Amino acid sequence: MAYTTTTAEGIQLAQAETEATHSSTAPAQHGGEHEAFPPFDPTYFASQLLWLAIMFGLFYWFMSRVAIPRISGILEVRRDRISGDLDEAQRLREEADAAHAAYEQELAEARNRAHAIAQEANDKAKAEADAERQKVEDELATRLAGAEAKIAKIRESALAEVGNIASDTAGAIVRELIGGTATKTEVAKAVEAAAQDRG
Amino acid sequence: MATGPIHQFNLYKLIPLDFNGVDLSFTNSSLFMAIIVFGVSGFLVWSTSGRGLVPSRMQSTAELLYEFAAGMLRTSAGPEAMRFFPFVFTLFMFILIANLLGMFPYFLTVTSHLVITATLALLVFFIVIIYGLMHNGLRFFKLFVPSGIPMAVMPLIVIIEIISFFTRPVSHSVRLFANMLAGHITLKVFAGFVISLGTLGAVGVAGAILPLAMTIALTALEFLVAFLQAYVFAILTCIYLNDALHPGH
Repeated sequence: MAYTTTTAEGIQLAQAETEATHSSTAPAQHGGEHEAFPPFDPTYFASQLLWLAIMFGLFYWFMSRVAIPRISGILEVRRDRISGDLDEAQRLREEADAAHAAYEQELAEARNRAHAIAQEANDKAKAEADAERQKVEDELATRLAGAEAKIAKIRESALAEVGNIASDTAGAIVRELIGGTATKTEVAKAVEAAAQDRG
Repeated sequence: MATGPIHQFNLYKLIPLDFNGVDLSFTNSSLFMAIIVFGVSGFLVWSTSGRGLVPSRMQSTAELLYEFAAGMLRTSAGPEAMRFFPFVFTLFMFILIANLLGMFPYFLTVTSHLVITATLALLVFFIVIIYGLMHNGLRFFKLFVPSGIPMAVMPLIVIIEIISFFTRPVSHSVRLFANMLAGHITLKVFAGFVISLGTLGAVGVAGAILPLAMTIALTALEFLVAFLQAYVFAILTCIYLNDALHPGH
């Protein structure tokens, strides 16, 4: 609304001024005739149409053949490049993930292996120790048995000596007491009988 | 102040050309069209000459304009409308730069002439009709028959639709033309007040501050209008092209 009033004023003002200054400033474009409102002056309609057609046609041709393919090419290259880079980044990430997984697996395997080795060493050491102990025990048992057998032998021989000593002693006593002699056989018989009585 | 606010729209011959009595002279309007076409073309080629993966500031501007127009067309008429992209981009750039160039003092605003805007609007209008008929055949006329309307009011609606369709080029062209014309006249009138009051001595100079402030504010507004009207013209073109592609509402 503001536009309409000011425009109307402007046109009035313009006409007043144009009339005042017409002779000195306005070039004789329209001869002496009353000056038409330029946008509605048909003098240059044909010229405007022709030059608009030429210029707009040229502009359209240039845009569709040169400018637009050029800019869209640039934008496409950028889009491709960005998506390519994103793909590459994705690929690298997957690779890194795979490497990480492989590393984890390797680590787990190594840990298992170490565990197994330790277990094995432990078992072996235990088995060796057991064997050693067994051997020592066996040896000790053998020696114990030997010692026991020796003791038994000694006791046996000692016990056997006891009979002889008793016979000798009994013979000597008989000799001293009775003054006679008792045969060795008789004495031994008597000692044995006495031993049997007691035992 | 030598000239009135209408003087800025005057056309004059630079190279007189007469073809069988029809005046086809190369005028200041033709010159400014040439400046727009060669200027924009030159800028687009020069700014993208680096073909940088990371764009320079100028290349960014070119890409921004491209993406802006492409986004506008894609969102309002769908991806299949991209076949019209060269046309829409050309139209948008032509009008945008014509409007912005008109903001320079002593420069002619090409789009402040109804012949120019009417030609462009009719070009859009006929592209819509011809492509609409070629692409959809008789289904194109479904454009005038909105779905989901009771039969009783259908004739009325169809008449309204037909009238609104055929008045499109009028509103399409007059909107741009009138905005550019009125804006520039207003600007010149207020600027003229500054000069007139300034010649009246100390009181006049003090009084000239108000129209000066107004002129500055209007200049800012006109820059906005210059962009906005180019955008409106282009987006309406996109919407009309959408009708040609998808006539069923």
